[in-house]
Amino acid sequence: MTAAAGSIGTPRWERFTPTERAARGIVYIVTAVALVWSLRSIEIIPEFLYDAPEQTADLFVRMWPFDWAFYPKAIHAALIETFHIATLGTILSIAMALPFAFLAARNFTRSPLLNWFAQFVFVSSRSVNSLIWALLFVAIFGPGAIAGTLAIAFRSIGFVGKIFGEALEEAQKGPIEALVAAGAPRAMVLTKGYWPQVEPAFWSVALLRWDINIRESAVLGLVGAGGIGVALDAALNNLYWDQVGLILAVIFAVVIATEFVTSFIRSRII
Amino acid sequence: MTSHPHPTPSEAGALPGSLLIKGLRKEYRAGQPVLKDISLTIEGRGLTAIIGPSGTGKSTLIRCINRLVDPTAGEIWFGGQDLASLRGAQLRAARRRIGMVFQEYNLVERLSVIENLLCGRLGYVPAWRAFMRRFPDADIARAFELLDAVGLGQDFATRRADQLSGGQRQRVGIARAVMQSPALVLADEPTSSLDPKTSVEIMELLAKVSSDQAVPVIINIHNVELAKRFAQRIIGMSRGAVVFDGPPDALRDDHLREIYGGEGGLA
Repeated sequence: MTAAAGSIGTPRWERFTPTERAARGIVYIVTAVALVWSLRSIEIIPEFLYDAPEQTADLFVRMWPFDWAFYPKAIHAALIETFHIATLGTILSIAMALPFAFLAARNFTRSPLLNWFAQFVFVSSRSVNSLIWALLFVAIFGPGAIAGTLAIAFRSIGFVGKIFGEALEEAQKGPIEALVAAGAPRAMVLTKGYWPQVEPAFWSVALLRWDINIRESAVLGLVGAGGIGVALDAALNNLYWDQVGLILAVIFAVVIATEFVTSFIRSRII
Repeated sequence: MTSHPHPTPSEAGALPGSLLIKGLRKEYRAGQPVLKDISLTIEGRGLTAIIGPSGTGKSTLIRCINRLVDPTAGEIWFGGQDLASLRGAQLRAARRRIGMVFQEYNLVERLSVIENLLCGRLGYVPAWRAFMRRFPDADIARAFELLDAVGLGQDFATRRADQLSGGQRQRVGIARAVMQSPALVLADEPTSSLDPKTSVEIMELLAKVSSDQAVPVIINIHNVELAKRFAQRIIGMSRGAVVFDGPPDALRDDHLREIYGGEGGLA
């Protein structure tokens, strides 16, 4: 700051120090370089880009009108199977996740080793995409709904366990202490002290995961793990676009419907 | 102190409801005792108030009795057992007979009032009964009786605990403690979250519990006036040690100065 500025007494303020400005400049340059580099490496073919709108329009033209006769023939049964995969998978995942949720909750399980072990199980479950889980189970059980159900179940353990475990950790200490002081055995402290406190979180997690699983199980068929995805895969391979369009519309409708159902239930019970 | 016959150490801890504490020491951090070798005898009747500034170990003392806090050293004789040495099922069996009332009530918020009362029976009823909410008829009848006794009335039975006011919650808390058929009731600052009028009502209720159920009640309280008004015996604590022990009318200003370390406690 100059002496003149000081004598006038105008306070000067700048958001960044010169070092910060330099650092931000470098970040901008690096970002620009990375952008150029990535554009070059994905080798966009301009011709494909130019006629994309045309292709899209063409796709929609070929999809419409839908092949409605295909719904009773193949889609309906596959849709029901998708529901079953999602629902059974969710129930199974909750059954498997609950013990680990209790192990993960530091206020319930006072052993850092067990807490860590449970976290490890959650991370393993979450780090593998449900399609990868499905590929794995298709290899073991062969194609079909069993592979899909297990893929959904194993994929959901991490989500359900982590969130429910966190809800357990947030349970108030006071009521727990009161039941312990009354001589209640551990199982009773669990059902009368912890459970009433975490019940809303439990139902909320279960519903949310069911909602997600309906969407996830719709694509599992692409790797042969049952459900509506199998029909989608077949229609795509045969280039029956009027069937593809119908299947996509059905999936869309089902996802919207489950969204409504779950938010309705959630508003009622929580 | 003569108005106040203590049992001899040999019978204390053996008589129902009497409590003998010998050399009780608690260190949360090694070398920094919160309780400095406290020895006390509390006979099986009446209301005993423990007064003292916050952070002086009052709460730690009564939490050592039902082992919500584990003592570092010392003995706590109650009902013919050294509570300090109990573990597992034996400890739970001993805790059933010790009711506890908390400053923040510690009710299970999302359960109904009647179920909160029945929580006092969790140490007694088989797990499946509690789980299926099939409590014995006698317990349910007793719970309804107690709703009247603590001045709530039976209409409150199905209200959820989180709909109650502070005073109402503390009444439920007291009823839950009485549901345990306790031989001793501990109260940790039961009035500190309540307004003055409700505080008096809660103290009246605790005094009534003590006389009706013939159980000794030990109350941590920082309100000296309430302590003097309701207790038959006052224990003054300062910095982890007992500095006064006697009937309320023996409590003089210089005692209070010693307990509270200045004029602060006299207000």
